[in-house]
Amino acid sequence: MNKNKEQLLNKRYKAEQRFRLYGQSAIFMALLFLTLFIFKIFSTGYSAFQKTWLIVPVTFDAELMMLEKNPSKVDIQDADYYDIALKSMADLDLNANEDQENELKRMVSYFFEKEIKNELLNDPSLIGKTKEVYLTASDDLDQVFKGNYPRDLPEDQRRVSDYQLKIFDQLVANGKVESKFNISFFTNADSREAELAGIASSFMGSIFSILVCLMIAFPVAVLAAIYLEEFAPKNRFTDFIEVNINNLAAVPSIVFGLLGLGVLLAIFQLPRSTPLVGGITLSLMTLPTIIIAARASLKAVPPSIREAALAMGASRMQTTMHHTVPLSMPGTLSGTIIGLAQALGETAPLILIGMVAFVNTIPGSPMDPAASLPVQIYIWAESAERGFVEKVSACIMVLLGFLITMNLFAQIIRHKFEKKWS
Amino acid sequence: MKKNGVKMIKIKAKDVDVFYGKKQALFNISLDIEENQVTALIGPSGCGKSTFLRCLNRMNDVIDICSVKGEILINDFNINDKGCDVVRLREKIGMVFQKPNPFPKTLYENVSYGPTIHGIAQSKQEMDEIVETSLKKAALWEEVKDRLHEPGTGLSGGQQQRLCIARAISVRPEVILMDEPCSALDPIATAQIEELIDELKKEHTIIIVTHSMAQAARVSQNTGFFHLGQLIEHGSTDKIFKNPDNKKTQDYITGRFG
Repeated sequence: MNKNKEQLLNKRYKAEQRFRLYGQSAIFMALLFLTLFIFKIFSTGYSAFQKTWLIVPVTFDAELMMLEKNPSKVDIQDADYYDIALKSMADLDLNANEDQENELKRMVSYFFEKEIKNELLNDPSLIGKTKEVYLTASDDLDQVFKGNYPRDLPEDQRRVSDYQLKIFDQLVANGKVESKFNISFFTNADSREAELAGIASSFMGSIFSILVCLMIAFPVAVLAAIYLEEFAPKNRFTDFIEVNINNLAAVPSIVFGLLGLGVLLAIFQLPRSTPLVGGITLSLMTLPTIIIAARASLKAVPPSIREAALAMGASRMQTTMHHTVPLSMPGTLSGTIIGLAQALGETAPLILIGMVAFVNTIPGSPMDPAASLPVQIYIWAESAERGFVEKVSACIMVLLGFLITMNLFAQIIRHKFEKKWS
Repeated sequence: MKKNGVKMIKIKAKDVDVFYGKKQALFNISLDIEENQVTALIGPSGCGKSTFLRCLNRMNDVIDICSVKGEILINDFNINDKGCDVVRLREKIGMVFQKPNPFPKTLYENVSYGPTIHGIAQSKQEMDEIVETSLKKAALWEEVKDRLHEPGTGLSGGQQQRLCIARAISVRPEVILMDEPCSALDPIATAQIEELIDELKKEHTIIIVTHSMAQAARVSQNTGFFHLGQLIEHGSTDKIFKNPDNKKTQDYITGRFG
């Protein structure tokens, strides 16, 4: 009998040990996946924060620019830069034939003309002189410089020719290629050229969408939750509403996109591709999440607090506003942040309401067309150019950073609220 | 308390029935509560004494399925009338609950809450006075006067309950309902509260629900014995404990059931 008991005890301890092991391995697996994921994103994406520049001597030849003597600012603005831009690139190899000159031109971004123009606008005294100007390298050479380009492929399978590589290597050897922090990634809107594409448009689009979403979803959801939890009679009708709110939370997001398309765009004729429509659509999706979180945290307020207030002669409204709602706020806020974080990462509904359009301007208000960060990731991931690969990862990094900041913010608010009365 | 030899009746309950949905919880309760006396309601668990107590400030309104029938007259005014305003009623009839339930706010805010919502204090100074006298009457002032702006939830259980009493008396209610106020407290804290009850009855009419017959005997002048939703017997505490009319009361008092 005693021996049996001991065996049983041993068995119980062993079972616990096994259980701990399962738990630990589950956590290990989760951490492993997370690390792999983050490592992959960072190792692919970090190079997008660097941009490669070619340093090319440019001669600001007044004749080639069709400039008179003592030109005004307007003249400089209107001058023709194409020829000097072409010439400065062609001069990189004095023996180049016409085809090779064309190849030389394609070593920089098509923006090079403007970069030269800006140089002169900044310093008009350069007319007639030669100056080394930083020109954005083409996305392929950018990748070559970052070591991401398969140089050993046969030439006909590459977009960069042997000739371009040869000139580029010479420039590198002469120290005429430089890598600098890629400011334009943050200040430029989207572009078809990988070397010029940035996230400014989609970042602002995301911020505007989230703001619109917050401003609609938060008050509506909190009022709905307070009414349902504190005031509404408990009957079949309110049960029915509750079930449907829970169902709403489980509706696939693309359905909300269809709703936005069918109602907001088709019936209300709101402007297409704008964060306004995106935000409204996302708020429909966020609404049930916030309602459920707010109701749960209202429910978590002990009934004794309500009774105490009611017994003091507080009206139902006073009980709710003075005691229940403030106590439920931390939970409600964290539910809101979770809802907004979901909305921030949402792609499908935004694609349906047209926020997937190519937008090369930075929106100044929720009424301007814009993309959003996850949609931008989607757009770039679809692009064939090698230069977009690192941009996708970099954009994911920005999105993750955005989410982490939001969560941190929520935590701080929560902490402050809770600290007060603990 | 007697005036010219006549007992002053504060609360008169007539034929009160309470239903939870279809289930009847109280049957035909008629009970007079004397002014400025302590009335104890005793009885086994689930006998309806708390339900009756909650009828007196209409706290049963909170429960959707609960319905109350019959008359409850307070100062000859039927509180179950449609014209009765519960906010005014609860200002006059304070309540202390089984488990101490201070608001998760500061001590000061706890006590000043009632006067604030009922607009009793005209100035900050007046409010300070109300808070001080309430805490003094609740025998808590000396212990907490230096930390009025700390959370009320940081006090010990007994202190929290006295804070709840201070909160209840801050609006000078005529009646204080106490629903097993000592059941969550240790003997020392219980003794303090019992002493306090004795003091409070000078200014307030007190009705206390208790599980402890010893407590009922110690603090009350009148006692009502409830069993299975019926008021079996009521009268002066002396009589109920020494010479009850009803066999059931006798059995309960002597510990044969309950």
